[in-house]
Amino acid sequence: MSDTSIQQQVIQHDVSPSLKAYPKRASRWRFDLVGWGFILPLLIAYAIFLLWPILLGLRMSFFNWSLVGSGTNDFLGFGNYAEALSDPDFWSSLWNTIVFTVISTPILVVLSLALALMVNGISRRVQWIYRLAFFAPYTLSVTVMTLIWSWMFEPGFGLLNSVLNSLGLPSVNWLTQPGVAMLSIVLVTVWWTLGFNFLLYLAGLQQISKDMYEASALDGAGWWTQVRHITVPLLNRQTLLILVLQVIASLQLFGQTYLLTSGGPAFSTRPVIEFIYDSGFTNFRVGFAAATSYLFFILILLISLGQFWFLSRQGRNS
Amino acid sequence: MHQQPENVFGRRRFLQGAAMLGLAGLAGGTLASCGSPSSSSSITFWNLFGGGDGARMIEMEQAFQQQNPASNFKAVTLAWGAPYYTKLAMSAVGGSPPNAAITHLSRLRTYAAADILEPIDLPFLAQYGVTENDFLPAVWQRAQFNGKLHSIPLDTHPFVMYYNVDVCRKAGLLDSDNNLKPLQGPEALTDAFLRAQKVTGDVGLSLEVQGTTVWRLFNGLYKQLGGDVLSPDGTQFVLNEAHAEQALNFMSNLTLKSKVANPNIDYGGSVALFGSGKAGFHWNGEWEVTTFEGTMNFNMVPFPNVFGGSQTWADSHAFIIPRGATPDQQTKAATYQFITGLLKQSFTWAKGGHIPAYLPVAESAQYKALKPQSNYASDAGVAVLDPAAWFSGAGSQFETAAQNSFEGALTGQMSVPQSLQLFHSSVQRLIDQPVPLPQSVSG
Repeated sequence: MSDTSIQQQVIQHDVSPSLKAYPKRASRWRFDLVGWGFILPLLIAYAIFLLWPILLGLRMSFFNWSLVGSGTNDFLGFGNYAEALSDPDFWSSLWNTIVFTVISTPILVVLSLALALMVNGISRRVQWIYRLAFFAPYTLSVTVMTLIWSWMFEPGFGLLNSVLNSLGLPSVNWLTQPGVAMLSIVLVTVWWTLGFNFLLYLAGLQQISKDMYEASALDGAGWWTQVRHITVPLLNRQTLLILVLQVIASLQLFGQTYLLTSGGPAFSTRPVIEFIYDSGFTNFRVGFAAATSYLFFILILLISLGQFWFLSRQGRNS
Repeated sequence: MHQQPENVFGRRRFLQGAAMLGLAGLAGGTLASCGSPSSSSSITFWNLFGGGDGARMIEMEQAFQQQNPASNFKAVTLAWGAPYYTKLAMSAVGGSPPNAAITHLSRLRTYAAADILEPIDLPFLAQYGVTENDFLPAVWQRAQFNGKLHSIPLDTHPFVMYYNVDVCRKAGLLDSDNNLKPLQGPEALTDAFLRAQKVTGDVGLSLEVQGTTVWRLFNGLYKQLGGDVLSPDGTQFVLNEAHAEQALNFMSNLTLKSKVANPNIDYGGSVALFGSGKAGFHWNGEWEVTTFEGTMNFNMVPFPNVFGGSQTWADSHAFIIPRGATPDQQTKAATYQFITGLLKQSFTWAKGGHIPAYLPVAESAQYKALKPQSNYASDAGVAVLDPAAWFSGAGSQFETAAQNSFEGALTGQMSVPQSLQLFHSSVQRLIDQPVPLPQSVSG
């Protein structure tokens, strides 16, 4: 809920300078000093731990830079980039990441909205149980979460196969069959991260005025009509925020697959970040890994810019 | 204090007690460290052993601790495979490596060429009673890089042949002592597998098709015919195509023509198939010996001579000392004492199937009486490791490429020439990558 209110403030702030009179030079300078003072500690950390490594990585990407040997001895120009773009393993791992994003994002948006609608209709006195239940998995670290699920997926005695067998159904090779393994990864991710989107939606729902529903009910609108014409449009802001965050989160897939399948079987769940990890740390080729990271970074940047463009257009329309 | 009535045991008394316990602990710690002024410094040992191997390694560590009560070591077990080698390399590069670690010898050249290993100090090693004479020349040679010893081999673990005694007796394949009659050449082997298949009604031979086994099998067969896969410096693909085709044809015929083996089976499946008596023979590394022990009547022999040689795929576990791991004499002494101490416990290790590299154990009557483990001890001399290259070795990109290429020829998804073509192109792709090492793997 705080996220959305901050976002609203930011948008309001953006339009205000053009409306306000231009402030005097001295007072503006003093304001800036205070402002910079507040953000300086974070800015320093940001520069040291983010900006500097980003620049260092860019430099690395033009060399045959090795984890264990030479750094800048062997200049390759755009050689690493050309190699990555012609490497079928890069493309297949990128494809795995995109497949995961395309499958997981709609589920994580629609299902969290459905659950939020359901929980919002429940009496406030027992609502906390549901809020807790849906949000609790989100608080687990990826290692704990994958440990739980690797037991559930266990082929011989895991919970899922035991349930299937007791119903007379055959066992499923959850993590060892190509095709199925990626769906299992989506399943655990939905269970794990759904709670965050769910809370954002629930907060949004609770901001919608009851008057709207009462007025529409008087006009004879049923539940579904209310959802379609009042709830969903008024949650537009939440939906866009969730969509932007979710797409970026899904594109960053790594921990779940690395810990559950190591990218297998036959690399069918290896996301592009694991490909970067394998090239850089397992095969010592950090220069190549840096180039691949930059290619992936450009892709994420383009997708994010596209989304922001879409978001700001939506904002202007509404 | 323990006799204090419950009502008197208030908060204050609890705090007093806790403080006293803390003091006692401190005193105890100080006393313990004073008690052994000559105690060796603390060392860390990394290994990748799980399952039975892990249990036997702990047994060896405990025996070493009993013999050397002053020794202070910490053993860390990490998951096998690529992540282990990643951690090992990064710890050495990052300047905080373990004092001793286990590696596969097939990975040794890459690490040595990356300059992250400390060469072994031979005169220093001799002080602990271990010298070149304690190893087979072939094994000693494999532990070298650039003319210097870079590791201390613990074992050789070859690809061998298991057979089900009951099935083979019914198939008429055993001699009067219940030992397998010698089998040699593709026809005799295929015939034996067919006869075993008639007895089991399932398969004659079980072997993993969806995994690294196809590469291990190929490497042994190909070497029996003669030839290399890569040039010694790992920069050229030099496969003898006629020999490779002959070896792969033989493998493909087992699953597709004579159909004595299952064309679609993973590692666990192939082990279970032999373990449940549905196969007369099993081709695999010797490390599954403890899986079958006590559950069935089986025996083991060296991998057969198929094409005129007794070569078979193998790898070795060996101790290494990462660069910077022995900053002072005291740590160095503790590290060498630990490594040689474990080496001398090799008999415990041999129970898991591995051939001890340490000859005083390998030549002992005790080991020779260990059956079926000592049946294939001769393999240590004819073992064929993965070809040396920066991208090869246990759990490497090279093994994955080989496995993905050869699988198809056994499952029937590819012809033998197609499969070799894929092998060539995928290995060539590895060769074409810029080399990330400061020097050649050939030293």
